[in-house]
Amino acid sequence: MVTDASTWIALAPVVVLAVTSFVLFLADSIKPGETNNALLAGLSLAGILGALAVSVWYFFTGVGRPEGLSLLADQVVVDGMSLFFTFVVASVAALVVLGSYDYLHDHPHKGEFYSLIVLATTGMALMANANSLVVAFVAIELSSLSSFALVASLKHNRGSIEAGLKYFLIGALSSAILVYGISLVYAVTGSLQLDAVAAGVAETDNIGILGIGVLMLVGGVAYKTASVPFHFWAPEAYEGAPAPVSAFLSSASKAAGFVIAFRVFIEGFPLETVVGLGIDWVLIFQVLAVVTMIVGNFAAAMQENVKRMLAYSSVGHAGYVLIGLAALGGGNDVAVMGAAMMHLLVYGFMNTGAFLFVALAEYRGVGRTFEDYNGLWHRAPIACAAMTVFLFSLAGLPIGGGFLSKYALFTAAIGAGYWWLAAVGALASALSLFYYSRLVKAILIEDPVREFDVSRQPVGLYVAIVAAAIMTIALLPAFPVVDLAQAAASTLLA
Amino acid sequence: MLIETLIAVTFVAALVVFLTPEAYAPQVAFALSLLPFVGSLFLWTRFDASGNALLEGSTVAFETQAQWIALDPYAINWHVGLDGVSFPLLVLTTVLVPLAIMSAWTPIQERISQFYGLILFMEASLIGVFSTLDFFVWFVFWEAVLIPMYLLIGVWGGPRRKYAAIKFFVYTNVASLVMFIGFIALVFGLGDSVNSFDMPAITQALHDGQLSGFAGLGPDMLALVSFIAIFFGFAVKVPIFPVHTWLPDAHVEAPTPVSVLLAGVLLKMGTYALLRFNFTMLYDVAATLAVPIAVLGVFSVIYGAMLALAQQDLKRIVAYSSISSMGYVILGLVAFTVYGIGGATFQMVAHGLISGLMFMVVGVIYNATHTRMVGDISGIADRMPITAGIFVAAAFGYMGLPLMAGFAGEFLIFLGAFQSTVLPGAPLFTAIAMFGIVIVAGYLLFAMQRTLFGAYRLETDYEITRAPLHDVVPLFVLIALIILLGVDPDIFFTMIQDAVDPLVELGGGL
Repeated sequence: MVTDASTWIALAPVVVLAVTSFVLFLADSIKPGETNNALLAGLSLAGILGALAVSVWYFFTGVGRPEGLSLLADQVVVDGMSLFFTFVVASVAALVVLGSYDYLHDHPHKGEFYSLIVLATTGMALMANANSLVVAFVAIELSSLSSFALVASLKHNRGSIEAGLKYFLIGALSSAILVYGISLVYAVTGSLQLDAVAAGVAETDNIGILGIGVLMLVGGVAYKTASVPFHFWAPEAYEGAPAPVSAFLSSASKAAGFVIAFRVFIEGFPLETVVGLGIDWVLIFQVLAVVTMIVGNFAAAMQENVKRMLAYSSVGHAGYVLIGLAALGGGNDVAVMGAAMMHLLVYGFMNTGAFLFVALAEYRGVGRTFEDYNGLWHRAPIACAAMTVFLFSLAGLPIGGGFLSKYALFTAAIGAGYWWLAAVGALASALSLFYYSRLVKAILIEDPVREFDVSRQPVGLYVAIVAAAIMTIALLPAFPVVDLAQAAASTLLA
Repeated sequence: MLIETLIAVTFVAALVVFLTPEAYAPQVAFALSLLPFVGSLFLWTRFDASGNALLEGSTVAFETQAQWIALDPYAINWHVGLDGVSFPLLVLTTVLVPLAIMSAWTPIQERISQFYGLILFMEASLIGVFSTLDFFVWFVFWEAVLIPMYLLIGVWGGPRRKYAAIKFFVYTNVASLVMFIGFIALVFGLGDSVNSFDMPAITQALHDGQLSGFAGLGPDMLALVSFIAIFFGFAVKVPIFPVHTWLPDAHVEAPTPVSVLLAGVLLKMGTYALLRFNFTMLYDVAATLAVPIAVLGVFSVIYGAMLALAQQDLKRIVAYSSISSMGYVILGLVAFTVYGIGGATFQMVAHGLISGLMFMVVGVIYNATHTRMVGDISGIADRMPITAGIFVAAAFGYMGLPLMAGFAGEFLIFLGAFQSTVLPGAPLFTAIAMFGIVIVAGYLLFAMQRTLFGAYRLETDYEITRAPLHDVVPLFVLIALIILLGVDPDIFFTMIQDAVDPLVELGGGL
């Protein structure tokens, strides 16, 4: 195996993130007795923005297009898809770090928190580049282990600890299922690298074992993306975790889970081979997409707690994105996958923004239910205007990019012949307007219930919320970037 | 670039007002709202449209077209332009907004900059609705109007504002969704014969019979189903019986300036969209459904008027009478004659001015008396002679007094509807609808007699004083415009007729 400098240059976004997380550990240990919040946040932000800038630069200079760059004995790949998702993950991480700066102001373990965030981001960026099942597994574990610790990082808060434990237990179970699925695939194909897996799949006659392996891989993906049937952890973990971490998990972790799903299933188990063997994973994803859209949105409509509502709505959004896998094979693959990628991009901003608004509310000591949010507009007009944008865009009103990405997704599904997927999506989307507008009504229209502390101005949180709002709105006129998403998708599908 | 500039200036004005300190916001908002007004007058001097923007052989004024998103299978374009149907409504919007802002100076006393900012944001979106010729962009503006309206009712409204705002929001959003799906299905049914959501191109393809099936429906069935879905979507907005129930609640709870815009402009979005989509794109389906639509329209006229007759709240009276007046517009559209459709379009403008004026007068009375109940007030003509005088003038305008705008609109509609060849039994429908005017006269005269005249009596603990100047000025401006349009309807009717003629020729009618 030959590794020269060009390999590491091509992988620069991941490398920058990994280095940043170690630098953070180092910086925090220089003076063990005290922590410099501004320095740590600044370093993390610099590293993440650096990775973000490099991925944008590579994307627009055409690195990995039209042919992906296979590196490290084909174990990792750099192409449009990986750069696109690195951008999504890094954008979310940057917003989360900005928001955490204020959120953590009296948190004792700031250094660990920031480096875990950056480490998890590294794992997610590596997930975007993984071209073999083993790299994918390692990357998933890197991001998951960091995330468990992040969820439980409020050490003196019982909710946070409980959420961390639940998340860890379900995560451990899912990892076991995933790794067992990988071992079955390895047993059948004799390979872990995705192209070799595809070659092995074409020649095998161990259909039964391969089928079980694929099913278990689907389970691993469902866990990472918080889709039915492995979505139970999401409301628990998001509710108990510090809100910036909830934002991070529900946006970035979901996007990273989907890029693994796209690459593993399309590269490793090409539809034209596996359908002939009776292992039609598109069918599984169709069932999952429909059930996830329905379960997520109906459960969200039943919630009284804002974070749980956002958590279930995040499950619902995983259902929309699953259309990106469920509508493949209908002759409209590039449009379907491009639209799913766009939805993840828009979702990265609007959902992160919504959770950061919750972070702002927690920071101010506002309670957790809809009623506690009553009349916040009187206190924080700018943040509430931004929250209105996030919620209406999540619901699919044309005030942000969420409208166009849902429209693109549903029309792409219709173009692929799956009009019923689009119909379920449209109905679920209409239902979602009900619970999102309930929150809008609470913050804008209801009368405030009580005063709260406004002694310290959380500048970082405000900057992050406003930036997310600007991006959400800007993605409406700037939606033509869907062309780039489609270009990235077509590299993978070619 | 002129329309884009107009929209952008209004958006920027909204942002500026949002950031203006509360103390200056009313004046700043008024001053900035004059910019789009002046802009629309400037457009008028250069207005050179001929024909109907959706039909072939037309010249669209200030047209710009550029591709925005090349999404398969149908691209989304930025396509704006004005014709004789949309331009009067644009002028109506830019005229009413400054007047509504001035009428808000008295009643709006909290969260002032946000109030005016939302009004201007809504104006920008309304200009977009009336000038966009691409369905997708049009839909974005259409929805962008609803959100500020929801907040304007919900935050600054009366005691039951939350209920009214949610009802408005749910009704209009369900309607938008049904309409959106109906129209998208129609476009998908056109297959490869169009490659974008460009409204003129879609109209052309539909008229050329390019419609094939979609989702298991044949072409005729698809056209029918889409027509009904789209009609439902716009009927909520107009509103037409039986989907009108959000309107009285919204009007009663909304503050005066918001009612002025809701009745004056937002209802016209519904009738404008009906004209563009149902009666232009799918005019042949409209012709086959002429009788049921006319029944709904005429029933709205009579039913709305009867409901108005039964109300005690002055604002509710005006609100229900709007349903009645919008029924005339539906009758004019379905008649599909030049005077019918032209009169309906003219009536949109006329009713926008008159109902705006009525709501303002009721608002001025409320500012002084703090009640709107007919039984609580009597004889205020002595104390508020100017306001009472304008109330009488506006009411006669509503009843269709000749030489006022309402007369021109309703007379044209009746003339057009009577001659209709598309609508079977047109004279009968027209005769029944004309009976509505008698009821209008009944409830307005009855309400005026009890509130304005007789011995002075007021059930609330307020002392009536003369209304402040900034309450009264908008009333004079509106009454002047109503008389101007009544004396010389050709100010708008010439350009309206120019846009309606090619449309009516399609139907083979007069």
